[in-house]
Amino acid sequence: MNSFFKSAACGLALLVHQSLPAFAEDVTLNAIFMKQAAYSEDDTKAMAKAFEDANPGLKVNLEFVPYEALHDKIVAAQGAGSSGYDVVLFDVIWPPEFATKGFLQDVTARVPKADRDKVFDGAWTTVDYDGKIWGMPWILDTKYLFYNEDMLKQAGISAPPKTFEELAEQAKIIKDKGIAKYPIVWSWSQAEALICDYTSMVGGAKGSFMQDGKLSFDTGGSVEAVNYMKKTLDDGVTNPNSREYLEEDVRKVFSAGEAAFAMNWTYMFNMANDPKESKVAGKVGIVPAPGFKGKAEASAINGSMGLGISAGSKHPEEAWKFITFMTSQETQNKYAKLSLPIWKSSYEDPAVTKGQEKLIDAAKVSLGVMFARPMTPSYPELSSILQKDIQQVLLGQASTDDAMKAATKAAGRLR
Amino acid sequence: MAPAQQDRTAWLLLTPMIAIMVLVTAFPLLNTLWLAFTDASLTGQGYVWQWVGLENFAYILDDSDFRAAVGHTAYFTVLSVSIEVVLGVLVALLLNQEFKGRTLVRALLILPWALPTIVNAVMWRLIYNPEYGSLNALLTQIGLLDAYRSWLGDPATAMNMVILADIWKNYPLIALIALAGLQTVPKDLYEAAIMDGANAWTRFWKITLPGIMGSLSVAMVLRAIEAFKVFDIFYVMTRGGPADSTKTVSFFVYQESFTYLRAGSGAAYALTVTAMSALMIAIYVVMLVRREKRS
Repeated sequence: MNSFFKSAACGLALLVHQSLPAFAEDVTLNAIFMKQAAYSEDDTKAMAKAFEDANPGLKVNLEFVPYEALHDKIVAAQGAGSSGYDVVLFDVIWPPEFATKGFLQDVTARVPKADRDKVFDGAWTTVDYDGKIWGMPWILDTKYLFYNEDMLKQAGISAPPKTFEELAEQAKIIKDKGIAKYPIVWSWSQAEALICDYTSMVGGAKGSFMQDGKLSFDTGGSVEAVNYMKKTLDDGVTNPNSREYLEEDVRKVFSAGEAAFAMNWTYMFNMANDPKESKVAGKVGIVPAPGFKGKAEASAINGSMGLGISAGSKHPEEAWKFITFMTSQETQNKYAKLSLPIWKSSYEDPAVTKGQEKLIDAAKVSLGVMFARPMTPSYPELSSILQKDIQQVLLGQASTDDAMKAATKAAGRLR
Repeated sequence: MAPAQQDRTAWLLLTPMIAIMVLVTAFPLLNTLWLAFTDASLTGQGYVWQWVGLENFAYILDDSDFRAAVGHTAYFTVLSVSIEVVLGVLVALLLNQEFKGRTLVRALLILPWALPTIVNAVMWRLIYNPEYGSLNALLTQIGLLDAYRSWLGDPATAMNMVILADIWKNYPLIALIALAGLQTVPKDLYEAAIMDGANAWTRFWKITLPGIMGSLSVAMVLRAIEAFKVFDIFYVMTRGGPADSTKTVSFFVYQESFTYLRAGSGAAYALTVTAMSALMIAIYVVMLVRREKRS
């Protein structure tokens, strides 16, 4: 080949190469999700696959991280200056921080006005902050009280507890009869999971995290909650290992038939009822988490999560399209086994309720009484403070009063 | 080529490499130095910052949580490195003996060290599991323990348990270096000592240990520097809990920067930790210089 042909071929190749992107306008969205609780990895992948099939030219790159790493991954990816993720899964406690620090795009204009009434209020609080909307709620979740129906029957207990006091009494009976060594299991490891159980109890004691406009943890419901936690440990009705457990550990202990009661998220209902995963399949009872006697009938923690568009995303339109698909009633109804839909009318749809009527009944009560963790842009630090101080009580290193006073003082110094 | 021109060419050829080194080493360091004197916070649009002078460092001096973290880290470093050294030397002595299958055992020795830290941490978490962990099973079956217990959920044991996991993974490195050192100790010294009537104990203290001390002390200092900046094993095994009893300085810096988004004070904490490591690095350099002088 002479050089003329060579350069001509090169030029042609270059031309073809440069014009290629014009033919295929593929957009790849990077999305970050979490590994545990709520929708499983498989469910999420299946949803994304359905989205890709329905939208040729759009690809979704999914990344799954443990919940404990989710916040730090989202902020580090953007803080590092790379465009990072397009779609991020965020927890109900992060919007104040993410909004004030500019990690999320304001999507107020994108959310159809008509949807506001069709979705539970508790779900909207996940994405509302400062009068704006920062994403679309995806996981509507709270912690329920699960119980082992066989163990209760064996102990001669006719109905599951309606108050936290009753829970401790029933657990004592089960322990005394030797049915379970440690009847109740919780996720009280030094992690957000501990704050979720604590918050649920504070709500059940009609407590408040604010006093005279300041964060406060050393009075009323907060003290009652921590005292209760400590007392169940001292009485031997709470599994002492709870202090190193996360939600998955709770599920494993309950599924192994070693606990009579467990607090956990929605996803445990169908997993504990799956014979492949559990020894107690078919014997899983579920009720709303109780309240304290004379204070509340039931308690619940707002543990919802939303999907948002990260501030650095170059493809907000496509990202929103994906979010709309993931949060649509159709998608949510189809995958309602591990996480319940955000849409009110879904709870009357037989396709959703079938086979999990007990869960739906509990959800109808719990979703109405969801109690929120403190709303502050410094939430991650506040949570660390509370985790440490509450754990000190649970480990017998400090009295409730001292520890919660210390927490209040530290919270007052938050910037 | 004239020598001067030769020099110039050499420098010219070195420039790209020097530029890269400056870029990857000096830039992040200088950036951290600058951050440490600001109140920078991490946002979606990068840093938002204001100059605050020495305020961050003044805060550090008064921070009891950070002091506690330094304490935990020092405890971890001293205990794990010293046990690793003792264990490493003993194993090296054993593997220096002639016996059947020695090559195989030497190869096996590498295994724990070759494991990624994360894998090691997950593995030990399973071993320590309070419901079905094999440590609990072992100790109850041989009668040392009445009932299964929570090792990582108890502040009295959590740190020591992580140290045990770290020792298992890292002593092989010391053992290998000590083993290499043993090969260089001249055999005739032992023969002469035996002739003089020295027993095994004396031979170890007078010949073996001085013979391997050079390489051993370098390994020790390097391990100590590494142990001081430990992060991953705690991140997986305890996340600083229970009740902050296993929070190390690296974890502290990480939380300050990426969980609380305070890049400024995070950088100040990081520099403080670096200064502490620098002290150990200085010891290492002094050692290297001394060794070079001797040989």
